[in-house]
Amino acid sequence: MKATVYVTIKQNVLDPQGTAVQGALHSMGFGEVEGVRIGKVLEVELATTDRAEAETRLKDMCEKLLANTVVEDYRFELEG
Amino acid sequence: MKFAVLVFPGSNCDIDCYNAVEDTVAQPVDYVWHTATDLSAYDCIIVPGGFSYGDYLRSGAIARFAPVMSEVRKAAEAGKYVLGICNGFQILTEAGLLPGALMRNTNMKFRCHSSLLEVVNNRTPFTNQYEAGEVIDIPIAHGEGNYYCDDTTLRRLQDNDQIVFRYAEGSNPNGSVADIAGIRNEQGNVVGMMPHPERAVSSVLGSADGARMFASILNAWREQHGAAVNS
Amino acid sequence: MAQQLTAKEPTAAQIAEQAIYKQMGVTDKEYELICGFLGRQPNYTEIGVFSVMWSEHCAYKNSKNVLRRFPTDGPRVLMGPGEGAGIVDIGDNQAVVFKIESHNHPSAVEPYQGAATGVGGIIRDIFSMGARPVALLNSLRFGKLESERVRYLFEHVVSGIAGYGNCIGIPTVAGEVMFDESYEGNPLVNAMCVGLIDHDKIQRGVAEGVGNPVFYVGPATGRDGIHGATFASEELTEESEAKRTAVQVGDPFMEKLVMEACLELINSGIVLGIQDMGAAGLTCSSAEMASKAGNGLELYLDQVPQRESGMTPYEMMLSESQERMLFVVKPEHEAQATEIFERWGVICVKVGKVTDDGRLRLFHHGEEVADMPVKALVDECPIYDKPSEEPVYYRDHAAVDTAAYPEVANLTGALEQILASPTVASKEWVYNQYDYMVRTSTAVRPGSDAAVVTIRGTRKALAMTTDCNGRYVYLDPEVGGRIAVAEAARNIVCSGAEPLAITDNLNFGSPEKPGVFWQIEKSVDGMAEACRVLDTPVIGGNVSLYNENARGAIYPTPVVGMVGLVHDTDHITTQAFQAAGDVIVLAGETKAELGGSELQYVVHGVSEGRPPALDLMTEKRLLGGVLSAIQQGLVASAHDLSEGGLAVALAESAMSGGIGATVDVASELRPDIALFSESQSRILLSARPEQADELIAHLQAQGVPCAAIGAVGGGEVNIRVNGNPAIEAPVQHLEKVWKDAIPCLMKK
Repeated sequence: MKATVYVTIKQNVLDPQGTAVQGALHSMGFGEVEGVRIGKVLEVELATTDRAEAETRLKDMCEKLLANTVVEDYRFELEG
Repeated sequence: MKFAVLVFPGSNCDIDCYNAVEDTVAQPVDYVWHTATDLSAYDCIIVPGGFSYGDYLRSGAIARFAPVMSEVRKAAEAGKYVLGICNGFQILTEAGLLPGALMRNTNMKFRCHSSLLEVVNNRTPFTNQYEAGEVIDIPIAHGEGNYYCDDTTLRRLQDNDQIVFRYAEGSNPNGSVADIAGIRNEQGNVVGMMPHPERAVSSVLGSADGARMFASILNAWREQHGAAVNS
Repeated sequence: MAQQLTAKEPTAAQIAEQAIYKQMGVTDKEYELICGFLGRQPNYTEIGVFSVMWSEHCAYKNSKNVLRRFPTDGPRVLMGPGEGAGIVDIGDNQAVVFKIESHNHPSAVEPYQGAATGVGGIIRDIFSMGARPVALLNSLRFGKLESERVRYLFEHVVSGIAGYGNCIGIPTVAGEVMFDESYEGNPLVNAMCVGLIDHDKIQRGVAEGVGNPVFYVGPATGRDGIHGATFASEELTEESEAKRTAVQVGDPFMEKLVMEACLELINSGIVLGIQDMGAAGLTCSSAEMASKAGNGLELYLDQVPQRESGMTPYEMMLSESQERMLFVVKPEHEAQATEIFERWGVICVKVGKVTDDGRLRLFHHGEEVADMPVKALVDECPIYDKPSEEPVYYRDHAAVDTAAYPEVANLTGALEQILASPTVASKEWVYNQYDYMVRTSTAVRPGSDAAVVTIRGTRKALAMTTDCNGRYVYLDPEVGGRIAVAEAARNIVCSGAEPLAITDNLNFGSPEKPGVFWQIEKSVDGMAEACRVLDTPVIGGNVSLYNENARGAIYPTPVVGMVGLVHDTDHITTQAFQAAGDVIVLAGETKAELGGSELQYVVHGVSEGRPPALDLMTEKRLLGGVLSAIQQGLVASAHDLSEGGLAVALAESAMSGGIGATVDVASELRPDIALFSESQSRILLSARPEQADELIAHLQAQGVPCAAIGAVGGGEVNIRVNGNPAIEAPVQHLEKVWKDAIPCLMKK
């Protein structure tokens, strides 16, 4: 089973990278850009076919290591 | 009194911390490997700067799971002194031994230069040799030193006098909340800071203001263990 | 995928018929020679191995005869060119190891990784000698910052250097950055590393002892950077962009582990030979190690850790995956060696053994896939004497009268303009991104003439600098080459150190052009002469040719990396004015020399004429006089006069000291020439008032012309010429102009 984990900076926390990219897009003429948030995408291969179990384990992984929940949010998608 | 300097794969201020202990307070000090499972012999544990595990994923995120970290937690609970410097501070926040998190500097760049700090709380085992409000010169060198915590946590830090150092007025180098450069835990025996006191122990290298930090630790330990101890 | 790739490999006959070797940079004549050495036509793997071993990058085939002109020996030299890095004795059983290397072409294509892996490579050169790296330096050249592409390259090269050096924990303590149209599209990224070693720990890259196992250390091999060595030996074209895959990716965290493990292995005393895998990876390291021992080597390629599946022998031999090393130990020490790497979490596997037949044999899937004489690979590459011809421009420039420009009336304005010129402006924007303090031994930080790094447990310290003014070298390669060495020596002396030796990085255009080859020859002659007179032998270096862009060759830029020895930390001196009342002394003579100057470039908008002259005996007297004065405690500050001349030197000493100066210069020259001439062999000194007379007497006794020109104090830089006001500006204002220039341009 393959999971795609998205880790992003929480909405209420400043994301300097996102702000910089937004500024660059504006200066390039993409004035319609109202916000950019930069995060990470992790592709995780899981040796299981049990979807429920995979979800529990992934949540645990995110809470423990993949995201720092003080400043980051996470979500994931499961395939297969 | 005995010091431990932890060594994670990718630590690079371990030697500097070791030398600083020798040069300032001349107390016994050991390098302790990340795989160590017993820290009972040590009175002060220094978690040094560097790029533990390459700082991959997030600064300090992987190091907090090293075997030695559960011993650091025990030592902290037992009231021993724990000092996290730079990457060490990041590791201590990731490990939950200190509140908040360290994010990317607002200017997005690594910053290395002298920096002036205000000693906000001199009633800690790490700062008792400074005057309250004193401004000291301790350099910084980090890319992710932007201290963040939510408002509730910030109020708690302020109410409990947990802010130990602030960047001097108008000199916040990284966007830290409330100009925070260093904090302590509620008990007061764990301190984390982004600036490097071990780099400021000799005037030949630009500043000796960090030397009193090590002197403070020895002083606190001696007071705690009574005047009889004179090592 | 694997099958396809193997299937696509041409046969030996096809290589010959279709002249496929030409795509690898091998000429028809070289191909014939290779066939002769093998006694048959080479297969694809073999021709690949030959092509990189016989590239300019590995064989110096176009520059070897010129490089022989350098003096490489001296009483302190423990190891000259030929090994990973040169070594110089600094007493007490200690020695300093250093080398500079370029990563120009990779950085032009992928600036972050190009620069980062350049730093990684030079660090490996140092620790593979058994030395502990203690400092990094760099020398960078870019086009003008007004260009968006240049800003992109500059920004990412700097962060690549920072990313690697900061993570591995070696301070980046000094460097230089210059901006000129000449480097547009072909930036120069030269990185230097300095290490410390005890004499008895010095290692060599030799495959000693027939039957001994050969070990591979470091991350698995991927298809990164295949043909990087030949890539570095070609001109940059639009196709280079398409060759982007040739750029390797650095992992400083891995290198830190490899470094610590290798140093531990070396300290254990069991290593017979060790070498890093740099350009041309496994090929170059294995062939060179075998060659130096006069032995052969067998490699079992199935044992090589592989990151991708289906890699061919050709790909494995030519891969430039980073952070890899090769070493040889005796069989009885195998377990001890592998235990060290296991503890550091670094891959270490046996991939071959030393043989006595003088051949490099490769085995894959149980078959011998290549069999080549080591000597042919390493020593038999033909050496070329390229045609050399004095270029027309050089003759034309002789006619330019650089004293004939209209007189600059607003000298304060000119000073501000020059301080804001990116070449002269404060490089704080750059070096604040580098961790220059880790290892807690940086006594003089970036921004002064030379950086100074202390040696723990002693009163000694090392001074280090990189220097080269490509404009001077272009205008007169021989004089420019001399100046590059002399200015480096002056920087070293100004910091209180005795110059020891140099490493050089010869960055030039295509040697196929007779005019470029003439620049190479002339500048090497100039450098060699300066090295001989100033007793600073060349202990190693690097050659980077084919630095060209659409407009032609870059300015010839033979960068000098110099290291000096501070005998006592009390001698450490900076350019910063120290205290009000200190007397300012100018040592050396000022002549009307504006050719190639910053004033000419910034104010008059040209670079032309002849560069300043340099008399080496005058320089030697100046260096001797100033160094002995510093050692006797007569000097409060010392600053080399370079770009921007006296006016800029005064401003810089004032800005670094945070204190002003009042100066009156007596001169027969026009004020703008007196203040901005870039005459060589000059140093701006300051001394405590009670010592000023002694300093002047000391210098004069050694034949150094000098004069007191003013005093430190106040908040202004106030310069008069023959009593007439010339420049007046608050130090804080000048500092703002100087510090804001680069950040301001980068915000565009």
